[in-house]
Amino acid sequence: MSMGTAAGSWQAARIVLQREWLLAVRRPAQVLQPLAFFAVVTAMFPLGYTPELAKLRAIAPGVLWVGALLASLLALEHLFREDASDGTLEQYVLSGQSLTWLLLAKTIAHWLLTGLPLTLMAPWLGVALGVPLTAAIGVMGALALGTWTLSLLGSIGAGLTLGVRRGGVLLSLLTLPLAVPVLVFGARATELAIVGDSPTGALYLLGSLAVLGLTLAPLAAAAAVRIGLE
Amino acid sequence: MVVLQRLHLAAPVAELVDATDLKSVGRKAVPVRFRPGAPQLCMSPLVVNNLTVYRGERAILSGISFELRAGRALVVTGPNGAGKTTLLRTLCGLVEPEDGQLCWHSELLSFRDPQYHADLAYLGHEAPLKMDLTGRENLRGLVGLRRIVDQRDIEAGLGEMQARSFADRAVRTLSAGQRRRIAFAALSLMGATLWVLDEPVTNLDRAGEALVQTMLSRHLASGGMLLAATHQPLGLDPSLCDSLILGPVKV
Repeated sequence: MSMGTAAGSWQAARIVLQREWLLAVRRPAQVLQPLAFFAVVTAMFPLGYTPELAKLRAIAPGVLWVGALLASLLALEHLFREDASDGTLEQYVLSGQSLTWLLLAKTIAHWLLTGLPLTLMAPWLGVALGVPLTAAIGVMGALALGTWTLSLLGSIGAGLTLGVRRGGVLLSLLTLPLAVPVLVFGARATELAIVGDSPTGALYLLGSLAVLGLTLAPLAAAAAVRIGLE
Repeated sequence: MVVLQRLHLAAPVAELVDATDLKSVGRKAVPVRFRPGAPQLCMSPLVVNNLTVYRGERAILSGISFELRAGRALVVTGPNGAGKTTLLRTLCGLVEPEDGQLCWHSELLSFRDPQYHADLAYLGHEAPLKMDLTGRENLRGLVGLRRIVDQRDIEAGLGEMQARSFADRAVRTLSAGQRRRIAFAALSLMGATLWVLDEPVTNLDRAGEALVQTMLSRHLASGGMLLAATHQPLGLDPSLCDSLILGPVKV
């Protein structure tokens, strides 16, 4: 039997992304649940608070952001859990590839399957909260950067709670405080976009958080996963 | 045959390596200095010295030393709870040892060295398969992380374990034995020289056991190495096997 050449980092990352995509296709419920949660939570506010669009518009940034935050937390619980229980993570560790790199690929897949759809949904859900569609670009830009940072932060938390039975609540307690800067700047960018001002400043800050997360979080997640597997 | 167990060493492997070198375990090759009198021991590709693992205050493994030469198998036996799985997981770098050195092809490496991992393949109690993917998809994912394989290789691997007939079903619908066969097909394709197997023949039927036996023999014949924890005989040529018997740790 001929043995192929050793796989490079890009090939390994592609394998991880392909696998996550296939799994999402086979189990669409896991991808759709957080999105449905986001839709239902935001739709509750016009019913529970007031149908007046002017009042709703004032709270819209907070509602959209807290909704998106909680929805992505729901999805984060599954980030490493099944991979840990079925032995996939062990095979990642032993593949000879950098664990940091493979977990980054996995986190990117996670964002593409939760953060990105949440971002694309937000302007439409915003309509129910009186957010004009002209603000869509600003809202989506802020949420894209924000959910990306959340996925990265969550990968650390998900790694740390691997060894914990029913780690969902602990994961939220670990991740939410770290997500406060994202929430503050994200809601600010969204607010500016809604009132028609330029959200650039807040978006830059969100962008810097996203870059900071990209450089540090995968390293921390890999260290956390190694501990979690012991 | 060299069987070294729990400090009952005729020629302690600890003496092979200069103590000052042990602190600088890392990616860089550290020259191993041999003591006179025992130069031939470190010729083995795999030498493990004084492996000690604690869980909390309890010693699970203490002072385990052994070596493994190319084309040979080390069979780890011992009663339940003797630390067989812990030993294998520590050797794979999945558990952090309290103490212990690894000499891999004459280089002092950490158990977590990617270079060492690339030469090593591990199969635990459970086959590392995704339940919602088919056998073929699982194979592609498991092997693809290590090597670039094409359809032909995958078919050959499945054929070797006679797993082609069920390789397109979701793993969820397969029996434990069928899952094992898929996992072994992956193992044979990974191209690793050191196979670390935990209870390799559990759940397999007679035919499956025979296939695994053939695969393992072929691996050894091609200069591969095997480390297996098992209660059941693997059916390998006894002259190729060393044994390591774990017992309760003396405090």
